[in-house]
Amino acid sequence: MIPVSYFFGLSLILFALGIIAFFIKRDLITMFMAVEVMLNAANLAFISLAKASGSLSGQVIVFFIITVAAAEAAIGLAIILLVFRQRKTIKTEEFRLMKG
Amino acid sequence: MGTFLFFLLALLCVGSVIGMIISRNQAHNALLLVLSFASLGGLFGLLDAPFIAAVQIIIYAGAIMVLFIFVIMMVNLKEGIRPERKIWTIRLSAGLAVFFLVELGLAVKGTLASLRVEAGPAIGSPTDLGRLLFTDYLYAFEITSLLIIAALVGAIVLVKKKKDEG
Amino acid sequence: MTESFWLIPFIPGASAFVLAVFGRWLPKKWVSLQACLSVFASFVLSVVAWVGLLKVDRETLPLVKTLFTWIASGSFSANLSFQLDPLSCVMALVVTGVGFLIHVYSVGYMGHDKGYTRYFAYLNLFTFAMLILVMASNIVLMFVGWEGVGLCSYLLIGFWFEKHSAASAGKKAFIVNRIGDAAFILGIFFLIVHAGSGEFRVINEAVHGGHIGAGLVTLIAILLFIGATGKSAQIPLYVWLPDAMEGPTPVSALIHAATMVTAGVYMVSRMNVLYTLSGEAAQIVAVVGALTAVYAATMALTQNDIKRVLAYSTISQIGYMFIGCGVGAYAAGMFHLYTHAFFKSLLFLAAGSVMHALSGELDMRKMGGLRKYLPLTYPTFLIGAIAIAGVPFLSGFFSKDAILTQAFAQGRYFVWALGIMGAVLTAFYMFRLIFLTFHGEERIEPEAKRHLHESPRVMTVPLVVLAFFSVVAGYVGLPVVFGKKANLFNRFLEPVLDPAHEIHLSLGTEWTLILVSVAVAVCGIYVAYVFYLKSPQMPHNLVRRFPGVYKLLYNKYYVDEVYDAVFVSPTVKGSEAVYTRFDLRVIDGTIDGTAKATGLAGRVLSLFQSGLVKDYALAMLLGVVIFLGYLLF
Repeated sequence: MIPVSYFFGLSLILFALGIIAFFIKRDLITMFMAVEVMLNAANLAFISLAKASGSLSGQVIVFFIITVAAAEAAIGLAIILLVFRQRKTIKTEEFRLMKG
Repeated sequence: MGTFLFFLLALLCVGSVIGMIISRNQAHNALLLVLSFASLGGLFGLLDAPFIAAVQIIIYAGAIMVLFIFVIMMVNLKEGIRPERKIWTIRLSAGLAVFFLVELGLAVKGTLASLRVEAGPAIGSPTDLGRLLFTDYLYAFEITSLLIIAALVGAIVLVKKKKDEG
Repeated sequence: MTESFWLIPFIPGASAFVLAVFGRWLPKKWVSLQACLSVFASFVLSVVAWVGLLKVDRETLPLVKTLFTWIASGSFSANLSFQLDPLSCVMALVVTGVGFLIHVYSVGYMGHDKGYTRYFAYLNLFTFAMLILVMASNIVLMFVGWEGVGLCSYLLIGFWFEKHSAASAGKKAFIVNRIGDAAFILGIFFLIVHAGSGEFRVINEAVHGGHIGAGLVTLIAILLFIGATGKSAQIPLYVWLPDAMEGPTPVSALIHAATMVTAGVYMVSRMNVLYTLSGEAAQIVAVVGALTAVYAATMALTQNDIKRVLAYSTISQIGYMFIGCGVGAYAAGMFHLYTHAFFKSLLFLAAGSVMHALSGELDMRKMGGLRKYLPLTYPTFLIGAIAIAGVPFLSGFFSKDAILTQAFAQGRYFVWALGIMGAVLTAFYMFRLIFLTFHGEERIEPEAKRHLHESPRVMTVPLVVLAFFSVVAGYVGLPVVFGKKANLFNRFLEPVLDPAHEIHLSLGTEWTLILVSVAVAVCGIYVAYVFYLKSPQMPHNLVRRFPGVYKLLYNKYYVDEVYDAVFVSPTVKGSEAVYTRFDLRVIDGTIDGTAKATGLAGRVLSLFQSGLVKDYALAMLLGVVIFLGYLLF
């Protein structure tokens, strides 16, 4: 049997990699992918905790997270597409309308 | 056998994410992401969550990835975008990420210690999960359907070209 | 019906409110009708109250109507309550009666003014404030009316505020009144502290019962009287009244006759217990009154502005009323107030009619011979002048004589002599006014002459009514020589104004005094006749003989200039110094500094706001790391 802590360790590593990817990448689409990675890292943590505690609630939460992530991806990608149509670029440095 | 499978899938998952960081090609990135999600699905299976594993494969590796691919196709960049040029941002974010990792690790360690269960009993047949979803979590489940509808309509409205734009 | 006396002030008040708020949507006809009828309704109620008062048992007076508790603070409380007794009834009758006629007259006089509605709103408000003043049953509410008339006089004197002189005259009236009011309110505080209440009944009992020390009574009486000198335009605070001419003429009539300036006399009469008890305060009142009577009369001698002459004559006549109050003959003072209301409003309204006829001309040197052009204004004006001059059988004669007789009877010969002197001067300057305006050669500007016309009916009818009352009003207060019970006016006021202090002279002395004042009046008129009709060069000769005296009088003793140099300029200069040194540097500096610091902080902080999503995300990550670290360690 694999100890649950292994899964946890993997989840944390994935999360950290997601953060790093988010900050290193410069195009919106890949940054969005990095966010998805982080979400999945969280999912992994939930599932392992469900396993550890012997309760199904963790899995239910993950089910919901996936649903929300799907919705979020649809909207997020729509917005990215919209931004691209307007500005003809997806480099984040080009978007600084909010500069103070 | 299980341990071997775990390490294989873990390696695949981490490796594909690292590859995603290195690669500048968005299409490659998307495919690497699919790989990583698929291996995560396998890990879910290892964790007594066959239903979630299936959902993971179908929704993430299937639906969401298709969305990504479509958008990448529409944006259609000629050349990849180079990674962040500001070196201090990379260092700072990497440092913070590692620090965050340590912090989370400590937190998780405390949580696991308090649970005192290293490997629980076998749970998670799809039947049980379904029963739970339609009893205790019924309202949340129904509201999720609303959320999906809203997202669907929202995405269409956002992307739809107005008539005068042609 | 008598019980509804508390409605008297509120009808004009409500009308003023309606005019002020909805006036702009109301047609002109409606405005005039509403304004006049509201005052008329009050007048009717006052008459009803008066009739009721004649029947009511005198022991139950005053009738008090408490509407609600207005201020309650610790042991002190003041009610919104009104009282009806002979004194307030007389005042209410005068205010509403004369006020009503002035309202009617204004319909014609102000007919073409663009501030028509505003004017009537103010006029109603003025009446309302004055009625509050006279009907209040406690001194706190009275002070509300007191300040109310001050405010309304400011509004109405400065009615044509586009004109600089009108605006500054309004301010002057307000500020000068404020000086008096400062003393007045101090007096109120003393009264409330020592009598325990502001109710007149309680005050009277406290003073009668000797709960307030003699020195304190004098102090309070003097403080209150200083307030009265401001409101009633006595030395030294009379300076605002001549300038108040800047307002529309009916307003002058209202201020001089029915409201405002009479407030001081009313207040002293209302507080008569204080002045009866304190000989010193009464002495001051009498002397100030007598001095003002003569002093203002001398200034009236040389003025060429028709309204200014009348203004000084008002100051002088109010002086007589204070003589009456000062010598303890409050009823006589009130009697003069009552007759004066008729003939002075008549004179002002007639003067307004003259102005109206001459397209706004005020200078008597540009009048003359108007007699034949103004067939109604002339006789009414003449009646007013005769009445004020003290010619027998007209109202002014009876009231002035009552005051002077009492002064003589009390042994205040100095005051009496001043009063007689004032009477000569009054007769003289009034007939100088008549002769210069209506008689002699025409000196009218040709431009004005083309428009020369008698005023419309709506203006002349009030004149005729007032002229009628100027003649007959005096017969309710006949002197003792016509019988002990002849003075109905005094008997009516007896419950409030105790006549016990009036000393009655022998009939022979009375007759002598009457003859003296008649002689004096005739003498003044004759001199005016000689000066201005028979040999018009005589005044010029006199001026040449005594240029200094003339200049002094013409420039009103330079009092305005002295006040300006002593009080106004230092205040203005001091304020300017404070403004430039303290306000501009310290206060503005602080405020500007705060603004600058905020701006600077904003600019520094905006550096963090790069507009880049990633920077924000990084900041968020940093925050999460710190927060988690805080939770863990």
